Amino acid sequence: MPQIEQIAATLSSQVFWLLVFFGLTFVVVGLGMVPKIMGTVEMRDNQIAGDLAAAQAARDAATTEEEAWRKRENANRAAAQGVIGEAKAKAAAASAAKLAEAQTRLDAKLAEAETAIEAARSSAMAEIENVAADAARDIVARVAGAEVEPAAAQAAVKEVMAHG
Amino acid sequence: MAAEEGKVDPMKQFTIEPLLGSDWQLADGFGIAFTNSALWMAITAVLVTVFVAGGMKRELVPGRWQMAVESMTGFIDDLLEANVGTAGRKYVPYIFTLFMFILFGNLLGLVPVGLIPSVHAFTFTSHFTVTGVLAIMSFSIVLIVGFAKHGLHFFSLFWPANTPAFLALPISLIELVSFMVRPFSLALRLFVAMMAGHVLLKVLASFVIAGGSGGIGTGIMVGVPSFVLMVAISALEILVAGIQAYVFALLTSLYINDAENLH
Repeated sequence: MPQIEQIAATLSSQVFWLLVFFGLTFVVVGLGMVPKIMGTVEMRDNQIAGDLAAAQAARDAATTEEEAWRKRENANRAAAQGVIGEAKAKAAAASAAKLAEAQTRLDAKLAEAETAIEAARSSAMAEIENVAADAARDIVARVAGAEVEPAAAQAAVKEVMAHG
Repeated sequence: MAAEEGKVDPMKQFTIEPLLGSDWQLADGFGIAFTNSALWMAITAVLVTVFVAGGMKRELVPGRWQMAVESMTGFIDDLLEANVGTAGRKYVPYIFTLFMFILFGNLLGLVPVGLIPSVHAFTFTSHFTVTGVLAIMSFSIVLIVGFAKHGLHFFSLFWPANTPAFLALPISLIELVSFMVRPFSLALRLFVAMMAGHVLLKVLASFVIAGGSGGIGTGIMVGVPSFVLMVAISALEILVAGIQAYVFALLTSLYINDAENLH
């Protein structure tokens, strides 16, 4: 076993070079590089944690903003609905009034027209009576050769017309 | 040498050979020749550095390499967080270096660079001189942190909570022994696991060669199954390489927990 056979000859060399190279590695890698690498890892972890926190904060802010916006929007909508209703009511009232006015105007016109028609009809009726009385007198004069008083003729026509 | 042809010595792979400066000396009698073992430690150090340096882009959205490195540091960070708590974070550089150094050392020993003539892989973690130094380092940190943080009160580690007074002596003796055994178990576990795997692979390789040179019959009967077994055990060894590195790091963090959070 060379480990035992050579121990006397090689012990100092083994220990010396191990201390040299392990020591170099410890100083250069262990003390020089490892803290920096761990620092990088920690920096990254912090960055990730910070980013996550910022994202959470932004999300919360957006949520509150949205809530406020929703509230404002609802209020605006309600106000608009009120304005619309008011305008509708106003318009309805105005049109009802206009309609009522037009109705009365129409009614008056109608009544006026009806009286005019009634007057025309009664005057026409009187005209017909006169014409009929004249015609009856004429007929009597030609057929019977008798002269009938206009008043008698009128009364006779009236009587006939009343019986239809 | 000719008689040795075709024979595989399963222990030869652990031989340390000086490559450079076989006469370099730190002090009288302390030779510090640059050996093949030191070369593979150097390769490990370079590869660990390159691997981690590749993850240094520090981008917010990591690429694949950066992700791989960050998952390794995160793994060690989680390990210490789970076993020691928030106080464990300051040990991440040491445990990370330990884990990566052992992991790369284990894995590099399994790379079949032996296919290139006169290049030999060497697993420095299969030497208890190396694992012993690593274990002593971890154990020293436990002792230093324990005594610096708790002073002599650290000795209460040997007296578990709610132990009746009349059991204090035997229990503390047992606890002391188990505490003192820690560096040895830490070092031997890694050393034995790595050595056993490599010896097993070499023994099977010698079966393949011996079976193949023994004729077509033994080649099929012995060589082929041994080769199939080698492939399977190589896969297992890759797993063991990772597990042993993890176990070393895990146990070190558990021992540090004793020192950090004394009951």
